Amino acid sequence: MARVVLSQADINRALTRISHEILEWNRGAGDLVILGVPTRGVFLAQRIAAIIQRIEPGAPASLVGALDATMYRDDLGRNVTRTPQPTQIPAGGVDGKTVVLVDDVLYSGRTIRAALDALSDIGRPRVVRLAVLVDRGHRELPIRADFVGKNLPTSTDERINVRLSEVDEVEEVSIESRTMPEQPTAQPTEQPTEPGNGSDEPDGGTR
Amino acid sequence: MRHLLSTKTLSQGEALQILDVAEDMAAVSTREVKKLPALRGKTVVNLFFEDSTRTRISFEAAAKRLSADVINFSAKGSSVSKGESLKDTAQTLAAMGADGVVIRHHASGAPHVLAESNWIDAPIVNAGDGTHEHPTQALLDAFTIRRRLFGDRSRGRDLDGVSVVIVGDVMHSRVARSNLWLLQTLGAHVTFVAPATLVPFGAETDWPVGISYDFDQTIRDTRPDVVMMLRIQSERMNAAFFPNAREYSREWGLDDARLASLRPDTIVMHPGPMNRGLEISAGAADSAQSTVLEQVTNGVSIRMAVLYLLMSGDREVQP
Repeated sequence: MARVVLSQADINRALTRISHEILEWNRGAGDLVILGVPTRGVFLAQRIAAIIQRIEPGAPASLVGALDATMYRDDLGRNVTRTPQPTQIPAGGVDGKTVVLVDDVLYSGRTIRAALDALSDIGRPRVVRLAVLVDRGHRELPIRADFVGKNLPTSTDERINVRLSEVDEVEEVSIESRTMPEQPTAQPTEQPTEPGNGSDEPDGGTR
Repeated sequence: MRHLLSTKTLSQGEALQILDVAEDMAAVSTREVKKLPALRGKTVVNLFFEDSTRTRISFEAAAKRLSADVINFSAKGSSVSKGESLKDTAQTLAAMGADGVVIRHHASGAPHVLAESNWIDAPIVNAGDGTHEHPTQALLDAFTIRRRLFGDRSRGRDLDGVSVVIVGDVMHSRVARSNLWLLQTLGAHVTFVAPATLVPFGAETDWPVGISYDFDQTIRDTRPDVVMMLRIQSERMNAAFFPNAREYSREWGLDDARLASLRPDTIVMHPGPMNRGLEISAGAADSAQSTVLEQVTNGVSIRMAVLYLLMSGDREVQP
């Protein structure tokens, strides 16, 4: 059974806030490159880039791309063969740029570890930051997100489903318990305590 | 996919998966760091019982770009010349810990024997067996056609409705066979043009292919998207399949006049090595329509895709 934790409007608000936070932190859109991690991170990156281009007049026309990390994963030998997704780097490359990686859910941190390795084979950015729509905790590596849409404390046997209108019929983030729901597991973040703004700190206690 | 032995048994989904992964591999080959860590710690053995330079080098480059270790084994100067059997060679490689075997053999079916036996547990890639198949060549040819036709929008596309004419020694050509099966699976229409003596027995009735003995008329009738020239193997020259090289060249060679009669956007392909002046003129080989060098470049991407898809992943959980 799945429980919706972010509606379409919530997702839009989170992405708008993240876009503003990126611009505030970077002091504009100069040298900015937004790279989504396939599959859904790519769409989120495109949305963030579109918002940045709308609210920041001087934003470069090509600032969004995709960074596939499949070949760099540390679990290739443990699963069925994964099909890689396209990597697409904006025309200016990443050398000396400010790269913001975008993914839908931050969990173990292993995908981002792989993405960092993939990125370093493409070039040498000046600085790399991480934006995620949902941080669900349970990190297995020393990796932390800089921009977070929502912190969702979860149990490891729960599942976070991010559905986006680009690929799915609905748009929402839901939480699904794989075991029987004998006890209502994590409910604290369900009620929107402080809607929107920076209250969801990047390191909001899930590490 | 457990092994890649032939294109005849490849489904359209599997073929497109290889072609699409090769797109990603091609992108890697344009980067400054042309290497992926996907097969780190794995060993690929190139087992070549028949002479080949470009295919072996292509597989070697592909394996190295995926960070695999490569062991090259050629029959010349090995225990095979002392009479070692395929079984003993395979078991030796297994004992050395080969994670993947690329095999070229003069006997049709040798890769199949290796894959069906329990001599070695590694994925087997057929790099050309006798007159049977050469699947990676067909895949790289299809990849080259798709890229020329669709450019950056190639991903996920098949070759529906594309007309391909394959000219030359079809009878002895594993390239022609592999291409026929794969192109057919991808929706293309294939026509073989050859001297009647070099058309395989039964091809007219049993294979999904048009057959013609007249190159000029085929060009006029089909207005092909692709013309693929096959190499005339000099060892067949005195076997009386055709009177002499000059006559072959005049009837079935792609000379400058025939090149001019093609549509200006017709792709000219050749698997190499070329006999310039025999099956293809220097003018045709070096024209802008020629994809000979692209085929070599794409060969590395295709072989990377094949090695990645066969060798990464846990075989225990493989469906």
